[in-house]
Amino acid sequence: MMNTAELLKRESFIELGARERARSLLDPGSFRELIGPFDRLTSPWLAAQGVVTQADDGVVVARGRIAGQPAVVLAIEGAYQGGSMGEVGGAKIAGALELAAEDNRRGIPTRAVILFETGGVRLQEANLGLAAIAEIHAAIADLRRYQPVIGIVAGTVGCFGGMSIAAGLCSYLIVTREARLGLNGPQVIEQEAGIEEYDSRDRPFIWSITGGEQRFASKLVDAYLEDDVGAMRASVHEFIRMGAPARHRSDREADFLACMERVDAAEQARPETVRAIYQKGL
Amino acid sequence: MEQLNFTFPALDPASGRALAGVVGSGDLEVLAEPGAAGTTTVSVTTSVTGMGRVWEAVLTRVLAATPLPATKIEINDFGATPGVVRMRIEQAFEELTGSGREA
Repeated sequence: MMNTAELLKRESFIELGARERARSLLDPGSFRELIGPFDRLTSPWLAAQGVVTQADDGVVVARGRIAGQPAVVLAIEGAYQGGSMGEVGGAKIAGALELAAEDNRRGIPTRAVILFETGGVRLQEANLGLAAIAEIHAAIADLRRYQPVIGIVAGTVGCFGGMSIAAGLCSYLIVTREARLGLNGPQVIEQEAGIEEYDSRDRPFIWSITGGEQRFASKLVDAYLEDDVGAMRASVHEFIRMGAPARHRSDREADFLACMERVDAAEQARPETVRAIYQKGL
Repeated sequence: MEQLNFTFPALDPASGRALAGVVGSGDLEVLAEPGAAGTTTVSVTTSVTGMGRVWEAVLTRVLAATPLPATKIEINDFGATPGVVRMRIEQAFEELTGSGREA
């Protein structure tokens, strides 16, 4: 797998910024950005707190086509404020998803791809960020009745907090080895549970629990890919071809609860135990 | 956080607009748009205070050394070094004047 020639042929998806990631997934020439950086819809809350704003608030809304069909790609820029969701960025994602659902009700089969690279809510915008995330959840649940909503967690930020719930609501989830997916970030868990249970600086341990490979082996995501633009595009096309699943992962709460019942809380959770429980129950 | 403004003599207005960089750690975002003929304006918002003279020196070196199209430049900076500042501005001008697709 670590073949040098093959590695050099690959075009890294992780190394791309949000805008280029969105562009790479859309059919060539079809990219059109909505509420772009020159519209300067920036966070009204950050400047007052001494934080420099970014002209697009760290979210790219890209309209275009995927496999010839109308699509919208929502890409979060992980390099800006940890990809945190504020009022503006959150509203851009929620609004685009709501319009995509509206399109479908009018007979236009717009589908959505969300590129998660986020630690969750932007703490400086508190409740407004949380409200926006709730709107994103509702909009995904609405849109996925018509079209598959595809989530991608490529890395290196990963996807945490309320946005991990958004990822869990997606019809299909794609990850790489660099990706991490979890409700709480490692430092939060360490602070709450203690360093003996969860050492946030132990990177191999963190990835063994929340990393892309583990999440795929635990059936919590649907595709585990190499860091390659071509592979990413092919996987998105494949899931779009499959259409929305009859039953979404998030509709299987009974199966998840049954899995939870098999957890022995007296024992420190190990990656193999987690895999075994989910492989049996999902 | 600090806000700084500069003006430099320039040529005719630039013909398009360009975006380079992100407001990430040690990086900055440069937005360039057509300016009024003869003048380039730069508005800098930076997370690092007290570096006005360094900004002036770096921008003078980049914008006053060779005649460039008149541009309205907005910079949102998150602690970029002068080298990174220079490269990002040059990247924006390359997109403006070169084959440059619109951001």
